[in-house]
Amino acid sequence: MPDFPGKGLFKGLGVTFGEMVKTLKPDSMGGGPVTVDYPHVKEAPTPRARGVIALHEENCTACMLCSRECPDWCIYIEAHKYLAPPRREGGKPRQKNALDRFDIDFSLCMYCGICVEVCPFEALFWSPEYEYSESHISQLLHDKSRLGEWMETVPAFEAYEAGAEQKVKKVPS
Amino acid sequence: MTHVLASLDPAYWQSTAIKLLVAAILVPTTALILGIVFLFKVMSWMQSRKGPQEAGPRGLLQLLADGAKFVQKEDLIPDRADRFVFKAAPLVVLMSTLLLYAILPASQHLVIADLDVGIFFALAVSSLSVIGVLMAGWGSANKYSLMGGLRAGGQLIAYELPMVLAVVGVVIQAGTLNMNGIVEAQANGSIFGFSALGNPFILTQFVGFFIFLAAVQAELTQPPFDMPVAESELVGGYQVEYSGFRFLTFFLAEFATAFAFAGIAATLFLGGWWVPFINTNSDWYWLIGPIALFTKIMIVSFIIFWVRFTYPRFREDQLQAFAWKWLIPISLVNILITAVLKVAF
Repeated sequence: MPDFPGKGLFKGLGVTFGEMVKTLKPDSMGGGPVTVDYPHVKEAPTPRARGVIALHEENCTACMLCSRECPDWCIYIEAHKYLAPPRREGGKPRQKNALDRFDIDFSLCMYCGICVEVCPFEALFWSPEYEYSESHISQLLHDKSRLGEWMETVPAFEAYEAGAEQKVKKVPS
Repeated sequence: MTHVLASLDPAYWQSTAIKLLVAAILVPTTALILGIVFLFKVMSWMQSRKGPQEAGPRGLLQLLADGAKFVQKEDLIPDRADRFVFKAAPLVVLMSTLLLYAILPASQHLVIADLDVGIFFALAVSSLSVIGVLMAGWGSANKYSLMGGLRAGGQLIAYELPMVLAVVGVVIQAGTLNMNGIVEAQANGSIFGFSALGNPFILTQFVGFFIFLAAVQAELTQPPFDMPVAESELVGGYQVEYSGFRFLTFFLAEFATAFAFAGIAATLFLGGWWVPFINTNSDWYWLIGPIALFTKIMIVSFIIFWVRFTYPRFREDQLQAFAWKWLIPISLVNILITAVLKVAF
């Protein structure tokens, strides 16, 4: 078909009309909208979606790296030292850090994931869970027990590509 | 049926009251229909989504809920605003819309005012809305409002011309300015001697139809001609300072005007209330006239809103160039050809 002026305009009308027909077609014929009725039907987010940050408390050594790297300064950590019994008989007692407080303020968090990246002890994980809106902003401050609860929703890691070294959740059971 | 109604012979104040009541119910209803069917549903489908779902069956009452929300809102008037002009502006725009309905015939007798210069009256009152828009832009004491108001003024005046010129072609062919007369001319016309289907003027005046729809689009300040209310740069143009019920009035006027213009386009180019194979004197038109007109209006509205949902916004200079360099010359040529053919045949 030869070009005529305004051909693109008709093409554009065709695109929107075609989209309407496709949306109105029943599902069985490959139609339907791309959206879902959210509160009734939920889309499963991708496994690596950045929904919420989960904390595995046993792995945390209160090294403060996450807190210091956080661009928003939305991670609050308090800890105290204590002496753990020696590993072997007659050994020196080990000095350990016990976590008193580990809060993430999700009203400040910008979901950059730097804290998850820098954690050297595999204590922070991304969870694809996203339904934790609150009626008051102060309730978006998740304490360490709340952050720990998110651990259950952390999916198993998938290989980034075929044959790649698989990252594993180093969570002592 | 005509005889029955003629024997009723209501007094002037009675018929006026009935007409006012009908208009007061009809105009918001048409705006609601267009808003729900096209702005909510068709637009959603064209964007591959379902549109409102929760309010009422299939979300059809969403616009009523939105309207109720607007009524609850605080009525804000800027401190430095010209209060009288600010308050009067939405009413002026709405008045222009209401006057448009006066000449729209739903059948031979179902018309509020069967004026001899019907279409001329329509074009005259439709330009009243420019004044309302300029009043809103000036009265708000806001630079965005003023910019939007002036842009709207320039645009509406620029597109008034092609609209009038597009109508002239139809008027030449019909030989009358009366809306019912134009419908009759289409019903009684013939295409090369074949008269069963009449002669809807869209067949001979398709150029006029296209220009009229483009001008209507601009008159409604809808995309792609929504420079005066461009959200991204003017944050809403002359509507910036309006809230609550006054904003609702603007919204109502815009969609009711879309309906009225679609009705005028349907009457001028698609035969209005007339249905093929039924004589225009038939009493059946009391019933099928409004239905036929409504169907045709929905078809024309679909085209108007289809274009609205498809194209991006014109730049201001492109917008003016389109009117002055393209639409007006084309419509002038259209008038010339129509006139020559009218004399020749």
